[in-house]
Amino acid sequence: MSEPKPHIALGLTDHEFDLICEKMGREPNGVELAMFSLLWSEHCAYKHSRKLLKNLPTEGPRVVMGPGENAGAVDIGNGFSIAFKVESHNHPSAVEPFQGAATGVGGILRDVIALGARPIAILDSLRFGEPDTERTHYLVDGVVRGIGHYGNSMGIPTVGGEIYFEPPYEQNPLVNAMCVGIARTDEMVRAAAAGAGNKVVLFGSLTGRDGIGGASVLASAELDEGDDAKRPTVQIGDPFEESKLLECCQELLAADLMVSLQDLGAAGLTSSAGEMASAGGTGIDIDVGLVPLREADMEPFEIMVSESQERMLAVVEPDKVDEVLALCTKWQTASAVIGEVTDSATFRILKNGETVGEIRVDDLVDGCPLYDLNPEEPAEWTYPNRETIPANASASDIALALLASPSIASKRWAFEQYDSIVGSRTAHRAGAADAAVLNIPESNRAIAVAIDGNGRRVACDPFQGTIEATLECAANLAVVGAEPLGVTNCLNFGNPEKPGVAWQLGRSIDGLAEACRALEAPVVGGNVSLYNETPQGPIYPTPVVGMVGELPDPARVAGEPWKEGDAIALVGPFDPSLAGSELEKQRGQLGKGLPEVAIYPVREAIELVREAVRSGLIRIVTDVSDGGIATALAELAISSGIGCDAHLTAVLAKRDCSAEDALFGEGPGGFILAGEKTDLEKLGGQGVEVEVIGQARGNEVIVTASDRRVEILVEEAEAAFESLEDRIEKDQAGLTH
Amino acid sequence: MRWGVLQFPGSCDERDALNACQIAAVALATEPRGAGGGVGEAPSSARNVVGDLTDPASSPRLVWHEETDLSDVDGIVVPGGFSYGDYLRAGAIARFSPAMTAVAEFAAAGGPVLGICNGFQVLCESGLLPGALLTNERTRFICRQGDLIVGDADSPFLSGYEPGQRISIPFKHQSGRFFAPPELLEEIESNNQVAFRYAPGQNPNGSLNDIAGVTNEAGNVIGLMPHPEHAVEAFAGSTDGLALFQGPAIAAAGAGA
Repeated sequence: MSEPKPHIALGLTDHEFDLICEKMGREPNGVELAMFSLLWSEHCAYKHSRKLLKNLPTEGPRVVMGPGENAGAVDIGNGFSIAFKVESHNHPSAVEPFQGAATGVGGILRDVIALGARPIAILDSLRFGEPDTERTHYLVDGVVRGIGHYGNSMGIPTVGGEIYFEPPYEQNPLVNAMCVGIARTDEMVRAAAAGAGNKVVLFGSLTGRDGIGGASVLASAELDEGDDAKRPTVQIGDPFEESKLLECCQELLAADLMVSLQDLGAAGLTSSAGEMASAGGTGIDIDVGLVPLREADMEPFEIMVSESQERMLAVVEPDKVDEVLALCTKWQTASAVIGEVTDSATFRILKNGETVGEIRVDDLVDGCPLYDLNPEEPAEWTYPNRETIPANASASDIALALLASPSIASKRWAFEQYDSIVGSRTAHRAGAADAAVLNIPESNRAIAVAIDGNGRRVACDPFQGTIEATLECAANLAVVGAEPLGVTNCLNFGNPEKPGVAWQLGRSIDGLAEACRALEAPVVGGNVSLYNETPQGPIYPTPVVGMVGELPDPARVAGEPWKEGDAIALVGPFDPSLAGSELEKQRGQLGKGLPEVAIYPVREAIELVREAVRSGLIRIVTDVSDGGIATALAELAISSGIGCDAHLTAVLAKRDCSAEDALFGEGPGGFILAGEKTDLEKLGGQGVEVEVIGQARGNEVIVTASDRRVEILVEEAEAAFESLEDRIEKDQAGLTH
Repeated sequence: MRWGVLQFPGSCDERDALNACQIAAVALATEPRGAGGGVGEAPSSARNVVGDLTDPASSPRLVWHEETDLSDVDGIVVPGGFSYGDYLRAGAIARFSPAMTAVAEFAAAGGPVLGICNGFQVLCESGLLPGALLTNERTRFICRQGDLIVGDADSPFLSGYEPGQRISIPFKHQSGRFFAPPELLEEIESNNQVAFRYAPGQNPNGSLNDIAGVTNEAGNVIGLMPHPEHAVEAFAGSTDGLALFQGPAIAAAGAGA
């Protein structure tokens, strides 16, 4: 068997290689080919998704920075902005969960730091296989510890997140991390290089051989057998270094010493220097002989593509270089002038003054061809179904099974491994409300942040499912009285060259665009993670939506327990269906299709709830989500230690649904509110359905729908809800890191 | 009374501590009573001890780890975090910092020193407090709101609380298991050096005798694993930490009254 051609081994097609030769007028040398292979990879060039992403709404009155910058940002008043972005680190986490997750957090923090912001919160969206396999235990353990290790050590609170367990993620878990930061709007830094003759300063960790090929080898191809051998391509994180880097950047910023700033992420120096030059319309010279190295004998191409973590690149005016280097010394972080901005429009790589590579910036950064997809809707449900609950289970048994379902059950054991309070902003911690609330005294208000995405429902219907995920995020914000300001997203999909996945991707982006338009919530940034598949097949299509909203008063946030005698109401156009539900999954009956979502009535319900919370009228709210009304009521009963007696007979009559639909059906647009009956009734007559369905009382959760009745003790419900920790951790004693 | 808050590379909660010092002083100046709710009226002269908070010269300040001159501060907080990354053993490097040498002298002269979480670890490593903090029994990082019982140690830091008072303070750490050999533990107990214990059933890390915080023999140095600086504002769910930051001022005012 002959060796594959070098460009094929690096992930480029023959067509792409020919195009490079044509643009250069010659064949690229080794350094140049390595650089092209990275910037023309799916991960850097978005070559299969960029055309679709153009459909997303990106503008709004509060948008300060949109897609194309290191992160998006929205105005929060009084001269401050909130910067935020979500990014995936799926494949590194599949190969080495602890470091993969840790550096995923480190990477997204740097994106926000590079904007001149101070990170103030982290959220995570995680997906694993069912929690009964050794692999899932290993991945969960490593990923949760990795996230905690990095965030906790940096002193950035992890305030929220979600974890779902579904079979299609068994080999290809998802680790999406979102970072939220705050900056003075007029001090925010753009990533564009400017000013020929200005110096390029690299600072932070030393450059080593770790992570070489991370973006192209790991992030832009399917996972395969033998991926253990790719472990060396996973980067190693050092949160201490990043902590110093953050403080150093903040001081550089305060002293106004930088023209521009960029983090080094995927594709290392090649990407950050290339993109800085491209954004600024300049050229750039980098001398690899000046880069502080971890290993002395590194080749120029290795230095240019190394993904060593905790590094930043700044453009600095010549007379400010000494001050910059002195601040780096104060923070005990390595720094060096490694190059210069030029007016040549060329990215020149030198080694001790001698040119070893020369590429036109445009060819490298913008030259990659963008591909049209060949979408085709699969005729049938293509994912496995597995029955885990008997068809004749009683309503009470179903309710307990749903509460114990890994995706629904309490994740407190995971969230408690994260520092959720450092920074003194956290008004609501993970688990206390559906969205986390952070105090922003700088502008005398608070923000709410949420992250959501239900891959199973998106698999059933990529368009409706993505609309639901976006509405769910907005509903979570409403529960704490917040209205959306902006959206970030991470689109996790399989191989887009396969027609079925291409169809999922296109429909999902359409759904995201439609929901964001309806909510008037612009998409200010995001990330696409493709090729999430293994020989066992693709993951569920998983768009993860991150949303930032604002609220006037963090003291008026719902999330209180209910009291004996409180009335309970169902609010909103909620039309429950078992399609794509947790119960349908447990019955092994998942299939294509979800009911059509009426977005505007849902938006009205969201607004009604938001205002009710803001006014202080209502302090007990949850949205109806996975597991339906019975599960939502049981969760409130568990957190309150008081049961309830609810009757859904009227609900199902009005909506023409079955008793099971009413108890366990899912869908958008439903909220459970509790409080004084007269207060609940004040919400009626505003065009949104408000139905009192019962009362908080006793020590049992009783929910009746026609001839089906859930009747379980609160303590039984709690035992089921808290059962996941033992399942996940039972064999942790034998696992060491 | 001006606070200095140490800042090492890798500190995490230094701004939180700075904020807490300021809030506690403002609260004392405007409403001079133990914020813990137990003591009732503190001497009104506490107002004078706090100083003029609009004057930057009496506002709390960060003390960089290379500083050795502490003459402009009246109390020291060694904050939480991961000093120098804590890759060796929590607090093991920080004890050798120039600032800690100065803190040791400051403490020897009777100055009030408060160590929180990593700061507690640093003070134990420095020998300013007895005992050691080991990895949690369950080896995981844990972050949770919990209850503490105030001990009967004789320390100015506790003058805003009553012995036996139950307070709500969050904790978050991976190496918080208080340990001392039997003779030392006996000594700590018989000298009444226990400042705080985890409430019954809430010991999160396997600490001996549920100990969450201790003082030195003189009482002017105190360390605890939980984070009182995260319990000073209503939005955080508890303000029971305020009194700890007010303690030395209340004690000084009482002594002067």
